[in-house]
Amino acid sequence: MEPLSWPMIFAKMAVQFWPVWTALVVTVALSLHFRRRLGLYGKLFDSTVGMIGFVIVMFWVFTAIFADVIITFNPLGQLSGLKNALPGTPVPGSDQWYLLGGDHLARDVFSRVVMGARRVLTIAPAATVIAFMVGITLGLPAGYFGGKLDTGLSFIANLVLAFPVILLFYLLVTPEIRSTGVPIALAAVLFLFPVIFVSVLLNSRYFTTPSKRNLYVGVSLAIGLWAYSGLAFNADPTGIWAMDPNLLNVFVSVVFVNAPTVFRIVRGIVMDLKSRDYVAAGQTRGEGAWYIMLWEILPNARGPLIVDFCLRIGYTTILLGTLGFFGLGVSPESPDWGSTIDDGRRLLSIYPHPAVVPALALMSLVLGLNLLADGLREESMRD
Amino acid sequence: MLPFLLRRVGVMILTALTLSFVVFSLTNLAPNLEKLARTEGSVRMTDDAVLSWIENNGHGGLMVTRYGQWLGVVPGWVRTDDRGVTRGRCITRDVTAEAAPRYCGILQGDWGTSTVFREPVSKTIADKLGATGWLMMWVMLVMVPVSLIIGVLSGMREGSRTDRVLSTFAIATTATPEYVSGVILVVIFASATTGISPLLAEWGWISGRTLFLGTATSATDKITFWNFALPVMTIALYGIGYIARMTRASMTEVMTQQYIRTARLKGVAFHQVILKHALRNALIAPFTVIMLQFPWLLNGVVIVETLFNYKGFGWTLVQAAGNNDIQLLLACSVVAVFVVLVTQLISDVGYVFLNPRIRLS
Repeated sequence: MEPLSWPMIFAKMAVQFWPVWTALVVTVALSLHFRRRLGLYGKLFDSTVGMIGFVIVMFWVFTAIFADVIITFNPLGQLSGLKNALPGTPVPGSDQWYLLGGDHLARDVFSRVVMGARRVLTIAPAATVIAFMVGITLGLPAGYFGGKLDTGLSFIANLVLAFPVILLFYLLVTPEIRSTGVPIALAAVLFLFPVIFVSVLLNSRYFTTPSKRNLYVGVSLAIGLWAYSGLAFNADPTGIWAMDPNLLNVFVSVVFVNAPTVFRIVRGIVMDLKSRDYVAAGQTRGEGAWYIMLWEILPNARGPLIVDFCLRIGYTTILLGTLGFFGLGVSPESPDWGSTIDDGRRLLSIYPHPAVVPALALMSLVLGLNLLADGLREESMRD
Repeated sequence: MLPFLLRRVGVMILTALTLSFVVFSLTNLAPNLEKLARTEGSVRMTDDAVLSWIENNGHGGLMVTRYGQWLGVVPGWVRTDDRGVTRGRCITRDVTAEAAPRYCGILQGDWGTSTVFREPVSKTIADKLGATGWLMMWVMLVMVPVSLIIGVLSGMREGSRTDRVLSTFAIATTATPEYVSGVILVVIFASATTGISPLLAEWGWISGRTLFLGTATSATDKITFWNFALPVMTIALYGIGYIARMTRASMTEVMTQQYIRTARLKGVAFHQVILKHALRNALIAPFTVIMLQFPWLLNGVVIVETLFNYKGFGWTLVQAAGNNDIQLLLACSVVAVFVVLVTQLISDVGYVFLNPRIRLS
């Protein structure tokens, strides 16, 4: 078979991505049709920038979901004779091509990038969610009560923020540190916050109707602690909640780096909002402090928090890439974009494709998230 | 002003002490010491031998006392082994046991010896910081003016075409981390097979094979435009977008102020309004941002120096961390934390000086 020309490569890739195109068209069509009933999400489609960002982000989300269908080869499979193959090289013995060439171990770059999307898009949003829950659970009382609690928590947050990120990674994400139990201890602390957050959230709301409260808080505590035991200590008897120790290490470090910034943002917003009339009204009604924080202040702080959430997923993606770039905490076979760039950069000036493809993928995802955040900011300000 | 400064410096010292203790404990964890013992002693040591090596080389005992020794507030360890040779923290080849000082930590200026470079840590750090200083200087010279101009131009007339184009550029650069922009820049400008270099070589416009050099190793001896432009651009690009966006936000806010409207209505020319009335007020916020960019620049420095193989501070940090060079890694962290804390202090104090509306009392 002949090697493919560039237009043919793009055409073939476009065909491979068919489930993504279908899903994108359906999502955008449905959202455009119902946008007047969808609140802030619907308003996003009024801003061109926001819509472009949304489409880029959803492209990668759907790529991650349908990765199994899109890939042309096993992302870990090494085929002889295709080491550093150029894009569009036909694969002997099959009717397929290495669409974006092969890397230094003769693996298919295209399939690896697609599979890498799945890896990046499972870790980054999950780590961001946990970081937000930690930041919110600590930031709300710090801003609301102030005083010694605020001083102490702010000091700790500034301590973490004064640490250069790379140094922290080099200290926290090493194979040696796993045997000391530091990552597990960190996980034990950080993963506790989502459980606390959800229980307090439900408890403060249904405090007045004990029967409902007991049910909701009980169920969330049961599920929360079950997941907690599995994820932090790998002690889940059923084995549903489990995390690879390498992954746990990376995950915890990323959460640890992000949480203080979220804390500072939440604290700032709460200090601004707590002098509002609706807070005074709640206090006069005799509402509990946590009810006011979680059900009066937090919903009113959602605008800046949603915007920051989008930006932060992008930032987390960059951080994960940085980790991969330094070869920290990921297995060598892992198709995640950071370590693929690291692998590819050694032969960069001769065979650029193995590094450029994941680099462009990472850039487009982060760009999409930034544009989405920009659109959301614009639209939420218009409220 | 003075009480404010004193309190800030007090908090800073407390932070520095806490952070250095955290780094000290993390670098001196048992597995790291064991690895050190095996690399310094012998690879085939038994577990008992490892333990006694750790004990005999002053790495045993409480973490707090070891930290105190490193800091120089606790007397350094001294041990006489069974052959009657006295060794200790402060005893080196040049200093005998009798003449050795009691304290030798970083407060006394003794940073220990690097196991990778086989020389005093203070020398390594000073050399490499010098190299990184040049890099930082050029980054600042490129980044600050460019980002301020972009920010002011786009914030001057919000929503104009210039604004849209420049804002998009700013967003795009903030979405491009250094390891991505570095790779792309190398492929475009410093690859013999792709980008513009093969074309230029074919036309005979460049004598070498590539336009720019893909590594900055030669910049250690002599900095030229061709070996230094790509690393500088790679670090600067990421910062440009961020500072430009902050400047733009600050500028748009200033442009809606009453005094700008008054000046415009008085008939002052637009460029006069910008230069005389708006700029001074709009540049207060970016100053803080530029100062707080330093910690992130440090990140960029580590990535870029690794990518372009420029032997500066960031490269040293990676070497120290990768080779379990505890003393060097500690020194690197202290320098990094120090830079971050000092820039934070400068940004706070500078903010107060620049903005006369803030009164400290």
